Amino acid sequence: MSPALRILSPGLLTTVQDLGRPGYQSLGIPVGGALDPAALRAANVLVGNATDSGALEIAYIGPTLQVEADDVRLACVGADAPIEVFANAEARGSRRLRTMRTARLRRGEVIRVGSLARGAVLYLAVEGGFEIEPVLGSVSTYLRGRFGGWEGRALVSGDRLPLRRTKASERVECELQGVDFTAPATVRATLGPQADRFSEREIAALFAGEFTVATGSDRMGLRLSGPLLRQGQRCEMVSEAVAPGSIQVTGGGEPIVLLADRQTTGGYPKIATVISADLAAVGRLPIGAKIKFAPVSIDLALALRRQHVAELDDLHSHVVGIRLEQADLRPGLYQNLISGVVDARA
Amino acid sequence: MTAGSQGRTTPRYRLLTAGDTALAVEFEGEVNPRLGAMILALANRLSNEKLEGVTETIPAFRSLLVHYEPLVLSPERLSARLSELMQDLEGREQVGNCWRIPVCYDPSVAPDLAEVAARTGFSCAQVIERHSAILYYVYMLGFLPGQAYMGDLPAELALPRRASPRTKVPAGSLAIATNMTCIFPLETPCGWHVIGRSPVTLWDRRRGRALLRAGDRVHFSPVSLHEYEHLAAQAASGLLDTTGAAA
Repeated sequence: MSPALRILSPGLLTTVQDLGRPGYQSLGIPVGGALDPAALRAANVLVGNATDSGALEIAYIGPTLQVEADDVRLACVGADAPIEVFANAEARGSRRLRTMRTARLRRGEVIRVGSLARGAVLYLAVEGGFEIEPVLGSVSTYLRGRFGGWEGRALVSGDRLPLRRTKASERVECELQGVDFTAPATVRATLGPQADRFSEREIAALFAGEFTVATGSDRMGLRLSGPLLRQGQRCEMVSEAVAPGSIQVTGGGEPIVLLADRQTTGGYPKIATVISADLAAVGRLPIGAKIKFAPVSIDLALALRRQHVAELDDLHSHVVGIRLEQADLRPGLYQNLISGVVDARA
Repeated sequence: MTAGSQGRTTPRYRLLTAGDTALAVEFEGEVNPRLGAMILALANRLSNEKLEGVTETIPAFRSLLVHYEPLVLSPERLSARLSELMQDLEGREQVGNCWRIPVCYDPSVAPDLAEVAARTGFSCAQVIERHSAILYYVYMLGFLPGQAYMGDLPAELALPRRASPRTKVPAGSLAIATNMTCIFPLETPCGWHVIGRSPVTLWDRRRGRALLRAGDRVHFSPVSLHEYEHLAAQAASGLLDTTGAAA
Protein backbone atom coordinates (compact mmCIF):
# COMPACT_ATOMS: atom_id res chain seq x y z
CA MET A 1 0.00 0.00 0.00
CA SER A 2 1.27 3.50 -0.81
CA PRO A 3 2.77 5.40 2.15
CA ALA A 4 0.35 7.61 4.06
CA LEU A 5 -0.75 9.10 7.34
CA ARG A 6 -4.20 7.84 8.31
CA ILE A 7 -6.44 10.25 10.23
CA LEU A 8 -7.94 8.41 13.21
CA SER A 9 -9.35 11.63 14.69
CA PRO A 10 -9.07 14.99 12.93
CA GLY A 11 -8.85 17.40 15.88
CA LEU A 12 -10.75 20.68 15.78
CA LEU A 13 -9.58 22.05 12.44
CA THR A 14 -6.61 20.37 10.81
CA THR A 15 -5.82 21.52 7.27
CA VAL A 16 -2.98 21.23 4.78
CA GLN A 17 -1.27 24.62 4.37
CA ASP A 18 1.86 25.98 2.74
CA LEU A 19 2.91 29.59 2.09
CA GLY A 20 -0.24 30.27 0.05
CA ARG A 21 -1.02 31.14 -3.56
CA PRO A 22 -0.15 34.78 -4.25
CA GLY A 23 -0.71 36.12 -7.77
CA TYR A 24 -4.41 35.44 -8.24
CA GLN A 25 -6.02 38.08 -6.03
CA SER A 26 -7.24 40.02 -9.06
CA LEU A 27 -9.49 36.99 -9.73
CA GLY A 28 -10.87 37.11 -6.21
CA ILE A 29 -8.69 34.24 -5.02
CA PRO A 30 -7.24 34.79 -1.53
CA VAL A 31 -3.55 34.19 -0.89
CA GLY A 32 -4.36 31.88 2.02
CA GLY A 33 -1.64 29.67 3.46
CA ALA A 34 -0.33 29.14 6.97
CA LEU A 35 -1.59 31.48 9.68
CA ASP A 36 1.91 31.35 11.14
CA PRO A 37 4.24 31.01 8.15
CA ALA A 38 7.34 31.34 10.36
CA ALA A 39 6.43 28.21 12.33
CA LEU A 40 5.53 26.38 9.11
CA ARG A 41 8.95 27.20 7.67
CA ALA A 42 10.68 26.08 10.84
CA ALA A 43 8.83 22.74 10.84
CA ASN A 44 9.90 22.20 7.23
CA VAL A 45 13.50 23.15 7.98
CA LEU A 46 13.61 20.64 10.85
CA VAL A 47 12.57 17.70 8.67
CA GLY A 48 14.75 18.83 5.77
CA ASN A 49 12.00 20.00 3.41
CA ALA A 50 11.91 23.08 1.21
CA THR A 51 10.59 25.86 3.46
CA ASP A 52 7.46 26.35 1.35
CA SER A 53 6.34 22.69 1.51
CA GLY A 54 2.84 21.83 2.68
CA ALA A 55 2.35 20.70 6.27
CA LEU A 56 -0.59 20.10 8.60
CA GLU A 57 -1.88 23.22 10.32
CA ILE A 58 -3.39 22.15 13.63
CA ALA A 59 -5.74 24.60 15.34
CA TYR A 60 -6.55 24.47 19.08
CA ILE A 61 -7.06 20.68 19.40
CA GLY A 62 -4.78 18.26 17.64
CA PRO A 63 -5.47 15.16 15.54
CA THR A 64 -4.61 11.51 16.04
CA LEU A 65 -2.72 9.99 13.11
CA GLN A 66 -1.44 6.53 12.28
CA VAL A 67 1.69 5.82 10.26
CA GLU A 68 1.06 3.72 7.15
CA ALA A 69 4.62 3.78 5.80
CA ASP A 70 7.80 1.89 6.68
CA ASP A 71 8.61 4.81 8.91
CA VAL A 72 8.27 8.58 8.80
CA ARG A 73 10.20 11.49 10.27
CA LEU A 74 8.11 14.39 11.50
CA ALA A 75 8.31 17.53 13.60
CA CYS A 76 5.79 19.82 15.28
CA VAL A 77 6.50 23.56 15.55
CA GLY A 78 4.27 26.35 16.83
CA ALA A 79 2.13 26.41 19.95
CA ASP A 80 2.86 24.08 22.86
CA ALA A 81 0.97 20.79 22.94
CA PRO A 82 1.21 17.40 24.61
CA ILE A 83 2.22 14.90 21.93
CA GLU A 84 2.06 11.18 22.60
CA VAL A 85 3.11 8.22 20.48
CA PHE A 86 1.47 4.81 20.90
CA ALA A 87 2.80 1.55 19.46
CA ASN A 88 -0.54 1.01 17.71
CA ALA A 89 -4.15 2.14 17.83
CA GLU A 90 -4.96 -0.17 20.78
CA ALA A 91 -1.84 0.43 22.89
CA ARG A 92 -2.34 2.18 26.22
CA GLY A 93 1.22 3.09 27.14
CA SER A 94 2.81 5.92 25.23
CA ARG A 95 6.01 7.89 24.90
CA ARG A 96 6.01 11.65 24.85
CA LEU A 97 7.37 13.74 22.01
CA ARG A 98 8.33 17.37 22.31
CA THR A 99 7.59 20.14 19.87
CA MET A 100 10.54 21.74 18.07
CA ARG A 101 12.32 18.45 17.44
CA THR A 102 12.16 15.64 14.94
CA ALA A 103 11.07 12.10 15.69
CA ARG A 104 10.94 8.93 13.67
CA LEU A 105 7.76 6.92 13.83
CA ARG A 106 7.42 3.34 12.64
CA ARG A 107 4.65 1.66 10.73
CA GLY A 108 1.49 1.28 12.80
CA GLU A 109 2.54 3.81 15.43
CA VAL A 110 -0.06 6.40 16.39
CA ILE A 111 0.68 10.03 17.18
CA ARG A 112 -1.82 11.99 19.23
CA VAL A 113 -1.56 15.77 19.50
CA GLY A 114 -3.52 17.20 22.44
CA SER A 115 -4.84 20.69 23.17
CA LEU A 116 -2.67 23.61 22.17
CA ALA A 117 -1.38 26.14 24.69
CA ARG A 118 0.30 29.54 24.25
CA GLY A 119 -0.84 29.79 20.66
CA ALA A 120 -3.62 28.96 18.19
CA VAL A 121 -1.69 26.89 15.65
CA LEU A 122 0.89 24.14 15.48
CA TYR A 123 2.46 22.76 12.29
CA LEU A 124 3.20 19.10 11.75
CA ALA A 125 5.64 18.61 8.90
CA VAL A 126 6.74 15.24 7.54
CA GLU A 127 10.05 14.59 5.86
CA GLY A 128 9.50 14.62 2.08
CA GLY A 129 6.08 16.20 2.44
CA PHE A 130 2.64 15.07 1.32
CA GLU A 131 1.79 13.87 -2.18
CA ILE A 132 -0.92 16.39 -2.94
CA GLU A 133 -1.74 18.05 -6.26
CA PRO A 134 -1.30 21.83 -6.01
CA VAL A 135 -4.09 24.18 -7.15
CA LEU A 136 -2.73 27.40 -8.66
CA GLY A 137 0.72 26.57 -7.39
CA SER A 138 -0.18 25.83 -3.79
CA VAL A 139 -1.45 22.98 -1.64
CA SER A 140 -3.06 25.39 0.85
CA THR A 141 -6.63 24.56 1.80
CA TYR A 142 -9.07 27.39 1.12
CA LEU A 143 -12.02 26.28 3.22
CA ARG A 144 -14.52 28.88 2.04
CA GLY A 145 -13.78 28.16 -1.62
CA ARG A 146 -13.59 24.41 -0.96
CA PHE A 147 -10.42 23.89 -2.96
CA GLY A 148 -6.74 23.19 -2.38
CA GLY A 149 -5.22 20.98 0.29
CA TRP A 150 -6.96 17.67 0.90
CA GLU A 151 -10.21 17.72 -1.11
CA GLY A 152 -10.66 21.41 -0.32
CA ARG A 153 -11.62 20.77 3.29
CA ALA A 154 -10.40 20.15 6.81
CA LEU A 155 -9.29 16.59 7.52
CA VAL A 156 -11.84 14.05 8.75
CA SER A 157 -11.50 10.62 10.32
CA GLY A 158 -10.61 7.99 7.75
CA ASP A 159 -8.71 10.33 5.44
CA ARG A 160 -5.45 8.87 4.19
CA LEU A 161 -2.90 11.57 3.39
CA PRO A 162 -0.34 10.22 0.89
CA LEU A 163 3.34 10.70 1.71
CA ARG A 164 6.11 11.31 -0.80
CA ARG A 165 8.62 9.08 1.00
CA THR A 166 8.08 5.45 1.88
CA LYS A 167 10.61 5.64 4.70
CA ALA A 168 12.58 8.21 6.64
CA SER A 169 16.13 9.07 5.61
CA GLU A 170 19.03 7.80 7.73
CA ARG A 171 20.15 10.71 9.84
CA VAL A 172 20.23 11.82 13.43
CA GLU A 173 17.20 13.50 14.90
CA CYS A 174 17.51 17.22 15.53
CA GLU A 175 15.89 20.07 17.37
CA LEU A 176 15.37 23.78 16.94
CA GLN A 177 17.02 25.98 19.56
CA GLY A 178 16.82 29.69 20.32
CA VAL A 179 13.62 30.50 18.44
CA ASP A 180 10.18 31.15 19.87
CA PHE A 181 6.77 30.78 18.26
CA THR A 182 4.48 31.64 21.15
CA ALA A 183 1.72 34.22 20.75
CA PRO A 184 2.82 37.85 21.19
CA ALA A 185 1.51 40.40 23.72
CA THR A 186 2.09 43.38 21.43
CA VAL A 187 1.79 43.69 17.69
CA ARG A 188 3.24 46.58 15.71
CA ALA A 189 1.29 48.46 13.04
CA THR A 190 1.59 51.39 10.67
CA LEU A 191 -1.26 53.85 10.05
CA GLY A 192 -3.70 52.45 7.48
CA PRO A 193 -4.87 53.77 4.10
CA GLN A 194 -8.05 55.23 5.63
CA ALA A 195 -6.50 56.47 8.89
CA ASP A 196 -7.60 59.99 7.88
CA ARG A 197 -11.23 58.89 8.29
CA PHE A 198 -10.71 58.30 12.00
CA SER A 199 -10.39 60.93 14.70
CA GLU A 200 -7.18 61.33 16.70
CA ARG A 201 -9.09 59.98 19.67
CA GLU A 202 -10.01 56.79 17.78
CA ILE A 203 -6.42 56.26 16.62
CA ALA A 204 -5.20 56.87 20.17
CA ALA A 205 -7.73 54.30 21.41
CA LEU A 206 -6.34 51.69 18.98
CA PHE A 207 -2.79 52.18 20.24
CA ALA A 208 -3.59 52.66 23.92
CA GLY A 209 -6.30 50.08 24.44
CA GLU A 210 -6.07 46.40 25.25
CA PHE A 211 -8.05 44.08 22.99
CA THR A 212 -9.18 40.50 23.38
CA VAL A 213 -9.31 38.06 20.47
CA ALA A 214 -13.05 37.31 20.29
CA THR A 215 -15.15 34.32 19.36
CA GLY A 216 -15.85 34.30 15.65
CA SER A 217 -12.18 34.77 14.81
CA ASP A 218 -11.03 32.34 12.16
CA ARG A 219 -8.56 31.92 9.31
CA MET A 220 -10.07 35.00 7.62
CA GLY A 221 -9.54 37.40 10.48
CA LEU A 222 -9.21 38.14 14.17
CA ARG A 223 -12.22 39.87 15.65
CA LEU A 224 -11.17 42.06 18.53
CA SER A 225 -13.26 43.16 21.48
CA GLY A 226 -12.10 46.19 23.42
CA PRO A 227 -12.52 49.91 22.92
CA LEU A 228 -14.94 50.56 20.05
CA LEU A 229 -13.24 52.71 17.45
CA ARG A 230 -16.30 54.24 15.86
CA GLN A 231 -19.79 54.05 17.18
CA GLY A 232 -23.04 54.35 15.32
CA GLN A 233 -21.55 56.02 12.28
CA ARG A 234 -21.95 54.78 8.77
CA CYS A 235 -18.47 54.15 7.46
CA GLU A 236 -18.65 51.90 4.43
CA MET A 237 -16.73 52.94 1.36
CA VAL A 238 -16.32 51.75 -2.21
CA SER A 239 -14.73 48.29 -2.08
CA GLU A 240 -11.01 48.06 -2.65
CA ALA A 241 -8.32 45.40 -2.45
CA VAL A 242 -7.05 44.75 1.06
CA ALA A 243 -3.49 44.14 2.20
CA PRO A 244 -2.49 41.39 4.65
CA GLY A 245 -2.67 42.52 8.26
CA SER A 246 -5.17 45.29 7.49
CA ILE A 247 -7.07 46.35 10.61
CA GLN A 248 -10.52 47.17 9.29
CA VAL A 249 -13.22 48.72 11.42
CA THR A 250 -16.82 47.60 10.98
CA GLY A 251 -19.84 49.86 11.22
CA GLY A 252 -20.18 48.84 14.86
CA GLY A 253 -16.65 50.05 15.65
CA GLU A 254 -15.17 46.58 16.03
CA PRO A 255 -11.64 46.15 14.68
CA ILE A 256 -10.84 43.03 12.62
CA VAL A 257 -7.27 42.05 11.71
CA LEU A 258 -7.33 40.39 8.30
CA LEU A 259 -5.40 37.12 8.15
CA ALA A 260 -4.42 34.51 5.53
CA ASP A 261 -7.89 33.63 4.19
CA ARG A 262 -9.07 37.25 4.04
CA GLN A 263 -11.26 38.14 1.11
CA THR A 264 -9.31 39.95 -1.56
CA THR A 265 -11.49 43.06 -1.38
CA GLY A 266 -13.50 44.84 1.26
CA GLY A 267 -15.53 47.95 1.94
CA TYR A 268 -14.64 48.80 5.54
CA PRO A 269 -12.13 51.56 6.27
CA LYS A 270 -8.76 50.38 7.50
CA ILE A 271 -7.32 52.29 10.43
CA ALA A 272 -3.94 50.55 10.52
CA THR A 273 -1.92 47.68 9.05
CA VAL A 274 0.04 45.13 11.06
CA ILE A 275 3.65 45.24 9.85
CA SER A 276 4.81 42.34 7.71
CA ALA A 277 7.41 41.30 10.31
CA ASP A 278 4.60 40.69 12.83
CA LEU A 279 2.08 38.93 10.54
CA ALA A 280 3.23 35.44 11.49
CA ALA A 281 3.01 36.38 15.19
CA VAL A 282 -0.50 37.81 14.85
CA GLY A 283 -1.59 34.61 13.10
CA ARG A 284 -0.79 32.58 16.20
CA LEU A 285 -3.05 34.55 18.55
CA PRO A 286 -5.74 32.26 20.02
CA ILE A 287 -9.29 33.26 20.92
CA GLY A 288 -9.19 34.83 24.38
CA ALA A 289 -5.65 36.24 24.01
CA LYS A 290 -5.01 39.83 25.08
CA ILE A 291 -3.30 42.04 22.55
CA LYS A 292 -2.01 45.61 22.28
CA PHE A 293 -0.94 47.52 19.20
CA ALA A 294 2.18 49.67 19.01
CA PRO A 295 2.51 52.33 16.29
CA VAL A 296 5.63 52.28 14.11
CA SER A 297 6.79 54.26 11.08
CA ILE A 298 7.14 52.72 7.64
CA ASP A 299 10.92 53.11 7.91
CA LEU A 300 10.98 51.11 11.12
CA ALA A 301 8.59 48.54 9.61
CA LEU A 302 11.06 48.07 6.74
CA ALA A 303 14.01 47.66 9.09
CA LEU A 304 12.01 45.07 11.06
CA ARG A 305 11.05 43.27 7.85
CA ARG A 306 14.71 43.09 6.84
CA GLN A 307 15.53 41.58 10.24
CA HIS A 308 12.57 39.16 10.08
CA VAL A 309 13.48 37.92 6.60
CA ALA A 310 17.10 37.43 7.72
CA GLU A 311 15.90 35.43 10.73
CA LEU A 312 13.76 33.21 8.52
CA ASP A 313 16.65 32.67 6.11
CA ASP A 314 18.81 31.74 9.09
CA LEU A 315 16.43 29.17 10.65
CA HIS A 316 18.63 26.24 9.60
CA SER A 317 21.44 27.55 11.82
CA HIS A 318 19.18 26.98 14.84
CA VAL A 319 18.86 23.28 14.02
CA VAL A 320 21.02 21.18 16.30
CA GLY A 321 21.56 17.43 15.98
CA ILE A 322 20.60 15.34 19.00
CA ARG A 323 23.11 12.74 20.11
CA LEU A 324 21.47 9.40 20.68
CA GLU A 325 22.26 9.21 24.40
CA GLN A 326 20.64 12.64 24.89
CA ALA A 327 17.68 11.76 22.82
CA ASP A 328 16.99 8.33 24.12
CA LEU A 329 18.13 7.91 27.70
CA ARG A 330 15.23 9.84 29.16
CA PRO A 331 12.47 7.99 31.02
CA GLY A 332 9.78 6.45 28.89
CA LEU A 333 11.90 6.28 25.77
CA TYR A 334 13.23 2.77 26.15
CA GLN A 335 11.47 1.39 23.14
CA ASN A 336 12.66 4.29 21.04
CA LEU A 337 16.26 3.66 22.09
CA ILE A 338 16.16 0.16 20.68
CA SER A 339 14.57 1.26 17.41
CA GLY A 340 16.99 4.12 17.04
CA VAL A 341 20.09 2.02 17.49
CA VAL A 342 18.94 -0.69 15.11
CA ASP A 343 18.06 1.88 12.47
CA ALA A 344 21.33 3.74 12.89
CA ARG A 345 23.33 0.64 12.07
CA ALA A 346 21.12 -0.74 9.35
CA MET B 1 -10.23 65.58 -17.05
CA THR B 2 -10.23 65.91 -20.80
CA ALA B 3 -12.24 63.55 -22.93
CA GLY B 4 -10.27 63.86 -26.14
CA SER B 5 -10.58 61.30 -28.90
CA GLN B 6 -7.22 59.78 -27.88
CA GLY B 7 -8.56 59.32 -24.35
CA ARG B 8 -5.18 60.26 -22.87
CA THR B 9 -5.24 62.00 -19.54
CA THR B 10 -3.35 62.32 -16.28
CA PRO B 11 -5.88 61.42 -13.60
CA ARG B 12 -5.83 62.96 -10.16
CA TYR B 13 -4.91 60.40 -7.55
CA ARG B 14 -3.55 59.76 -4.07
CA LEU B 15 -1.00 57.16 -2.98
CA LEU B 16 -2.09 55.42 0.22
CA THR B 17 0.20 53.31 2.38
CA ALA B 18 -1.30 49.87 3.04
CA GLY B 19 1.37 48.44 5.32
CA ASP B 20 5.02 47.96 4.40
CA THR B 21 4.39 45.68 1.41
CA ALA B 22 1.47 47.35 -0.44
CA LEU B 23 0.64 50.75 -1.85
CA ALA B 24 -2.82 51.77 -3.06
CA VAL B 25 -3.26 54.19 -5.97
CA GLU B 26 -6.65 55.80 -5.32
CA PHE B 27 -8.10 57.61 -8.33
CA GLU B 28 -10.32 60.66 -7.92
CA GLY B 29 -13.52 61.12 -9.90
CA GLU B 30 -16.75 59.28 -10.44
CA VAL B 31 -16.73 55.49 -10.47
CA ASN B 32 -17.55 54.49 -14.05
CA PRO B 33 -16.18 52.22 -16.78
CA ARG B 34 -13.97 55.06 -18.03
CA LEU B 35 -12.29 55.34 -14.64
CA GLY B 36 -12.11 51.54 -14.56
CA ALA B 37 -10.30 51.58 -17.90
CA MET B 38 -7.77 54.06 -16.49
CA ILE B 39 -7.09 51.79 -13.52
CA LEU B 40 -6.55 48.80 -15.82
CA ALA B 41 -4.32 50.92 -18.05
CA LEU B 42 -2.11 51.69 -15.05
CA ALA B 43 -2.03 48.01 -14.11
CA ASN B 44 -1.06 47.24 -17.69
CA ARG B 45 1.73 49.80 -17.79
CA LEU B 46 3.10 48.54 -14.50
CA SER B 47 3.01 44.98 -15.81
CA ASN B 48 4.81 45.99 -19.03
CA GLU B 49 7.44 47.76 -16.93
CA LYS B 50 8.40 44.44 -15.31
CA LEU B 51 9.58 46.53 -12.37
CA GLU B 52 11.60 44.25 -10.13
CA GLY B 53 9.92 44.01 -6.73
CA VAL B 54 6.32 44.46 -7.90
CA THR B 55 4.62 41.16 -7.09
CA GLU B 56 0.91 41.61 -7.80
CA THR B 57 -1.64 44.30 -8.65
CA ILE B 58 -5.35 44.21 -7.83
CA PRO B 59 -7.82 46.57 -9.52
CA ALA B 60 -10.97 47.76 -7.75
CA PHE B 61 -13.68 50.39 -8.34
CA ARG B 62 -11.43 53.40 -7.84
CA SER B 63 -8.06 51.99 -6.92
CA LEU B 64 -5.18 49.75 -7.83
CA LEU B 65 -3.43 47.97 -4.96
CA VAL B 66 0.21 47.29 -5.74
CA HIS B 67 1.89 44.54 -3.72
CA TYR B 68 5.66 44.82 -3.67
CA GLU B 69 8.79 43.61 -1.93
CA PRO B 70 10.14 46.72 -0.18
CA LEU B 71 13.57 45.17 0.35
CA VAL B 72 13.96 45.08 -3.46
CA LEU B 73 11.97 48.16 -4.44
CA SER B 74 11.78 50.98 -1.90
CA PRO B 75 8.41 52.66 -1.31
CA GLU B 76 9.96 55.94 -2.48
CA ARG B 77 11.09 54.45 -5.80
CA LEU B 78 7.75 52.72 -6.34
CA SER B 79 5.86 55.97 -5.62
CA ALA B 80 8.06 57.91 -8.01
CA ARG B 81 7.64 55.33 -10.76
CA LEU B 82 3.87 55.24 -10.27
CA SER B 83 3.69 59.04 -10.63
CA GLU B 84 5.52 58.76 -13.94
CA LEU B 85 3.28 55.95 -15.16
CA MET B 86 0.18 58.01 -14.33
CA GLN B 87 1.19 60.60 -16.93
CA ASP B 88 -0.92 60.61 -20.09
CA LEU B 89 -2.68 57.43 -19.10
CA GLU B 90 -4.70 56.00 -21.96
CA GLY B 91 -7.85 54.29 -20.80
CA ARG B 92 -9.29 52.23 -23.62
CA GLU B 93 -12.63 50.89 -22.57
CA GLN B 94 -12.97 48.03 -25.07
CA VAL B 95 -10.03 45.89 -24.09
CA GLY B 96 -11.58 42.95 -22.27
CA ASN B 97 -13.62 40.01 -23.50
CA CYS B 98 -17.31 40.38 -24.23
CA TRP B 99 -19.55 37.60 -22.90
CA ARG B 100 -23.14 36.54 -23.43
CA ILE B 101 -24.13 34.69 -20.27
CA PRO B 102 -27.39 32.71 -20.11
CA VAL B 103 -29.49 33.45 -17.02
CA CYS B 104 -32.85 32.11 -15.95
CA TYR B 105 -35.29 34.52 -14.28
CA ASP B 106 -37.91 31.85 -13.54
CA PRO B 107 -39.61 32.51 -10.16
CA SER B 108 -38.46 29.09 -8.91
CA VAL B 109 -34.83 30.29 -9.00
CA ALA B 110 -35.53 34.01 -8.37
CA PRO B 111 -36.74 34.32 -4.76
CA ASP B 112 -36.55 38.14 -4.70
CA LEU B 113 -37.80 38.97 -8.19
CA ALA B 114 -41.38 39.69 -7.11
CA GLU B 115 -40.23 41.91 -4.26
CA VAL B 116 -37.85 43.81 -6.54
CA ALA B 117 -40.72 44.31 -8.98
CA ALA B 118 -43.01 45.53 -6.19
CA ARG B 119 -40.42 47.92 -4.77
CA THR B 120 -39.44 49.39 -8.13
CA GLY B 121 -43.00 49.65 -9.41
CA PHE B 122 -42.44 47.37 -12.40
CA SER B 123 -43.86 43.99 -13.38
CA CYS B 124 -41.51 41.00 -13.15
CA ALA B 125 -41.30 40.96 -16.96
CA GLN B 126 -40.28 44.63 -16.98
CA VAL B 127 -37.56 44.02 -14.38
CA ILE B 128 -36.20 41.14 -16.50
CA GLU B 129 -36.37 43.24 -19.65
CA ARG B 130 -34.48 46.12 -18.03
CA HIS B 131 -31.93 43.90 -16.31
CA SER B 132 -31.08 41.99 -19.49
CA ALA B 133 -31.04 45.00 -21.84
CA ILE B 134 -27.68 46.33 -20.71
CA LEU B 135 -24.08 45.57 -21.61
CA TYR B 136 -22.46 45.48 -18.16
CA TYR B 137 -18.89 46.39 -17.33
CA VAL B 138 -16.85 44.21 -14.96
CA TYR B 139 -15.36 46.68 -12.47
CA MET B 140 -13.51 44.19 -10.32
CA LEU B 141 -13.44 40.67 -8.92
CA GLY B 142 -13.65 40.05 -5.20
CA PHE B 143 -15.54 38.59 -2.26
CA LEU B 144 -15.36 35.07 -3.74
CA PRO B 145 -13.11 33.45 -6.36
CA GLY B 146 -14.35 34.48 -9.79
CA GLN B 147 -17.02 36.85 -8.48
CA ALA B 148 -17.39 39.86 -10.75
CA TYR B 149 -18.95 43.17 -9.72
CA MET B 150 -20.82 44.34 -12.82
CA GLY B 151 -22.42 47.73 -13.49
CA ASP B 152 -24.11 49.90 -13.90
CA LEU B 153 -27.56 48.63 -13.15
CA PRO B 154 -30.35 50.85 -14.58
CA ALA B 155 -31.05 53.50 -11.92
CA GLU B 156 -34.71 52.47 -11.69
CA LEU B 157 -33.66 48.98 -10.48
CA ALA B 158 -31.25 50.20 -7.81
CA LEU B 159 -32.21 49.05 -4.31
CA PRO B 160 -30.20 48.96 -1.07
CA ARG B 161 -29.11 45.55 0.21
CA ARG B 162 -31.59 43.37 2.02
CA ALA B 163 -32.15 44.32 5.64
CA SER B 164 -31.50 40.73 6.70
CA PRO B 165 -29.07 38.79 4.53
CA ARG B 166 -29.92 35.23 3.53
CA THR B 167 -27.70 32.68 5.24
CA LYS B 168 -27.25 30.76 2.01
CA VAL B 169 -27.89 31.16 -1.71
CA PRO B 170 -26.87 28.54 -4.30
CA ALA B 171 -23.90 28.88 -6.65
CA GLY B 172 -24.93 30.68 -9.83
CA SER B 173 -27.37 33.02 -8.07
CA LEU B 174 -27.84 36.22 -10.06
CA ALA B 175 -28.36 39.17 -7.76
CA ILE B 176 -28.62 42.94 -7.62
CA ALA B 177 -27.93 45.59 -4.98
CA THR B 178 -27.27 49.34 -5.25
CA ASN B 179 -26.08 49.94 -8.83
CA MET B 180 -24.35 46.58 -9.22
CA THR B 181 -25.26 43.09 -10.37
CA CYS B 182 -23.32 39.89 -9.89
CA ILE B 183 -23.45 36.11 -10.11
CA PHE B 184 -22.24 34.33 -6.98
CA PRO B 185 -19.80 31.61 -8.11
CA LEU B 186 -20.20 29.56 -4.90
CA GLU B 187 -22.91 28.89 -2.37
CA THR B 188 -22.66 31.83 0.02
CA PRO B 189 -24.46 34.01 2.55
CA CYS B 190 -25.93 36.90 0.59
CA GLY B 191 -27.42 40.33 1.33
CA TRP B 192 -28.27 41.03 -2.29
CA HIS B 193 -31.62 40.52 -4.04
CA VAL B 194 -31.59 37.24 -5.96
CA ILE B 195 -33.46 37.63 -9.25
CA GLY B 196 -32.28 34.60 -11.21
CA ARG B 197 -29.67 31.93 -11.70
CA SER B 198 -27.00 31.18 -14.29
CA PRO B 199 -25.83 27.70 -15.31
CA VAL B 200 -22.37 29.01 -16.24
CA THR B 201 -19.39 28.02 -14.10
CA LEU B 202 -17.77 31.34 -13.19
CA TRP B 203 -15.15 29.70 -11.01
CA ASP B 204 -13.86 26.24 -11.85
CA ARG B 205 -12.27 25.10 -8.60
CA ARG B 206 -11.01 21.86 -10.08
CA ARG B 207 -8.97 23.66 -12.69
CA GLY B 208 -8.51 26.87 -10.69
CA ARG B 209 -9.94 29.08 -13.43
CA ALA B 210 -12.12 32.17 -13.30
CA LEU B 211 -14.22 33.08 -16.34
CA LEU B 212 -14.42 36.85 -16.00
CA ARG B 213 -11.73 39.54 -15.63
CA ALA B 214 -11.93 43.19 -14.67
CA GLY B 215 -12.56 45.12 -17.88
CA ASP B 216 -14.72 42.42 -19.49
CA ARG B 217 -18.26 43.18 -20.74
CA VAL B 218 -21.24 41.00 -19.99
CA HIS B 219 -24.65 40.71 -21.58
CA PHE B 220 -27.27 38.52 -19.87
CA SER B 221 -29.29 36.34 -22.16
CA PRO B 222 -32.61 35.14 -20.63
CA VAL B 223 -33.32 31.40 -20.92
CA SER B 224 -36.31 29.32 -19.85
CA LEU B 225 -36.21 27.02 -16.83
CA HIS B 226 -36.05 24.06 -19.22
CA GLU B 227 -33.05 25.53 -21.06
CA TYR B 228 -31.42 26.43 -17.75
CA GLU B 229 -31.72 22.86 -16.52
CA HIS B 230 -30.31 21.53 -19.78
CA LEU B 231 -27.34 23.94 -19.64
CA ALA B 232 -26.77 23.31 -15.93
CA ALA B 233 -26.62 19.56 -16.60
CA GLN B 234 -24.09 20.17 -19.37
CA ALA B 235 -22.03 22.41 -17.08
CA ALA B 236 -22.11 19.76 -14.34
CA SER B 237 -20.75 17.15 -16.73
CA GLY B 238 -18.10 19.52 -18.06
CA LEU B 239 -19.63 19.84 -21.53
CA LEU B 240 -20.42 23.54 -21.19
CA ASP B 241 -16.78 24.50 -21.46
CA THR B 242 -16.58 28.24 -21.32
CA THR B 243 -13.67 28.59 -18.97
CA GLY B 244 -10.99 27.97 -21.58
CA ALA B 245 -12.15 30.78 -23.83
CA ALA B 246 -10.77 33.65 -21.79
CA ALA B 247 -7.50 32.04 -20.78
